[in-house]
Amino acid sequence: MDAPNSLVLAVIGIAMMLAGYFLYSRFLSKKVYKLNAEFKTPAHQFEDGVDFVPTNRYILWGHHFTSVAGAAPIVGPAVAVIWGWLPAFLWVTLGTVFMAGMHDFGTLWASVRNKGKSMGALSGTYIGNRGRNLFLVVIFLLILMVLAAFAVVISNLLVAQPGAVIPTWGALVVAVLVGQAIYRFKWNLIAVTAVGVAALYGLILLGNAYPISLPEEGMLGLTPNAIWIILLFLYSGIASLLPVWVLLQPRDFINGVQLFIGLGIIYGAVLLATPTVVAPAVNDAVPADTPSIVPLLFVTIACGAISGFHGIVSSGTSSKQLNRETDARFVGYFGAVGEGLLALGAIIATTAGFQTVAQWREVYDSFSAGGVPVFVEGGANILNAGLGIPQGLAATILATMAILFAATTLDTATRLKRFVIQEIGQIAGVKIPTLAATVIAVVLAFALTFSQGADASGGMTLWPLFGTTNQLLAGLSLTILAVMLIRKGRPFLPVLLPAVFVLFMTIYAALVQLVDLFQAGDWLLFTIDVVIVVAATWVLLEAVIAMLAAWKGPKEPEDEESLTEDQKLSAP
Amino acid sequence: MSWFKKAERGLRDFYVAPYRRVFARAKRDEEDLFMMLVLSEALGVPNPASGATLELLPEMLDRMHDWHIRQGLDRSPMDGMQCC
Repeated sequence: MDAPNSLVLAVIGIAMMLAGYFLYSRFLSKKVYKLNAEFKTPAHQFEDGVDFVPTNRYILWGHHFTSVAGAAPIVGPAVAVIWGWLPAFLWVTLGTVFMAGMHDFGTLWASVRNKGKSMGALSGTYIGNRGRNLFLVVIFLLILMVLAAFAVVISNLLVAQPGAVIPTWGALVVAVLVGQAIYRFKWNLIAVTAVGVAALYGLILLGNAYPISLPEEGMLGLTPNAIWIILLFLYSGIASLLPVWVLLQPRDFINGVQLFIGLGIIYGAVLLATPTVVAPAVNDAVPADTPSIVPLLFVTIACGAISGFHGIVSSGTSSKQLNRETDARFVGYFGAVGEGLLALGAIIATTAGFQTVAQWREVYDSFSAGGVPVFVEGGANILNAGLGIPQGLAATILATMAILFAATTLDTATRLKRFVIQEIGQIAGVKIPTLAATVIAVVLAFALTFSQGADASGGMTLWPLFGTTNQLLAGLSLTILAVMLIRKGRPFLPVLLPAVFVLFMTIYAALVQLVDLFQAGDWLLFTIDVVIVVAATWVLLEAVIAMLAAWKGPKEPEDEESLTEDQKLSAP
Repeated sequence: MSWFKKAERGLRDFYVAPYRRVFARAKRDEEDLFMMLVLSEALGVPNPASGATLELLPEMLDRMHDWHIRQGLDRSPMDGMQCC
């Protein structure tokens, strides 16, 4: 096959996802989820000005999208193109259309139909208490792995792109100033946003001019990677203890704005540069350490094809703010499309950002060679060709962007982890103070990161395991959706088939990893993997039992018969 | 509404909404602390400002029930003030 142009790839990918939105999500909303504009959403039913607030659907989409999109849809594809561009491209586009969109849309709908409850609570309702406990275990592991994997991603970038050091840490100062400007001085938000973004780009210019590298031989017997990781965990621990308005809120905000700018820059550059995809469609000469494409592709790219984490966001916050049930289609499905576009951008940057296939093979010389640094390198080449931004500066821009995404996730995850630890303490009857819970969270993540070697060089072995956990969560959510649909007597195959596929691939991948980890003698990850396999099998059994019961049981009536006046919104 | 106002309001929503719950919780914690201050004399903690806080007692009474439930007390700790 002739090497295709990346613009063609982008156009086909975007067209597929848009077709998914206009056609498939329409089918889902009419036949499967049967959205009802009259249904009184939890935002109206329980309106309290805090959690439950009817929100304009475009704004809500903005939140939803920026909460679910982070560094993950960049890391996954940037590793997975090692099998060639075609498998990654197909998995991202078809995954977004038939799985991610359906899953995000469905979890949003399920939560809206159940008083805005989270997927964890719904699993209790639909597949029993054991299912719910399992859900907590999976979430606990998932957050732990997010912390470790993202700390490694950031430290690698800081070492590979020393120009990004100043903007990465300087962005914290910008965020603090933005927070002060808004809450203390009550300045106009549009002006503050413009100045904040400009300051961020000023820092990028500064950092690019004055790159900061730690001494290569390391300090205090630690490699540069290890030092960055220690600093990152210290920072994330402190950040999670500060009042949110000081740092986390303005940081999230600036990053959200930055996400849209970044997507614009990448696609704009592809449009102008139209680079050729040099990577092979299917790589028939993969490096020796590359695992088999089936099932590893399907867990390497999680976010961007289907991600269980989205269900937590859908059912945790977005569902409580949905103005009309019919908005779920746009917010949920189109949120997934946004993330798919980010993943597609990462595929293009890592396969078309090089001059020749030989050059590409030189970069992808081992399975652990892929990842964000390659996205930065390839993306910088495209930015240079398309927008005329000098190569070094372009790399600094992309590296800073990726680091900021990952760092925001790190902050949030540390905070979430703290809550989960306190919750577990509560169940055990121990009150764990905030500081202690934060220390436990950070130390656990730290231990997991450094279990991969003192320089954390093997951090990428964590990535597929993170993907596996994430997909398991998605599988669990989809089975809950399937039970709901069977109980209602609706078509359930659009949900059940992807659920079977995802769970099959997850368990398969977990077993493959189990053998690898056993042979490598990596007992910590081995134990985590065993827990994942047990959890996955358990979910499957519980879900099958629940589905059979739902199949035999009486069907729930549809809205026309069951909706009371009280459950309806007044005329739109 | 002009488009500028609309954009400003949308942007503000985008800024504020993700953290509404965190803020509400922080505010509640602060009010719980204040409740402790107001009730401290009745709970046996000497309070030099009791003259001022006593006046606030009627204001705080209707929040009393939620407060003692949140503190893990099934019944009101005050002998003279039973709300449930």
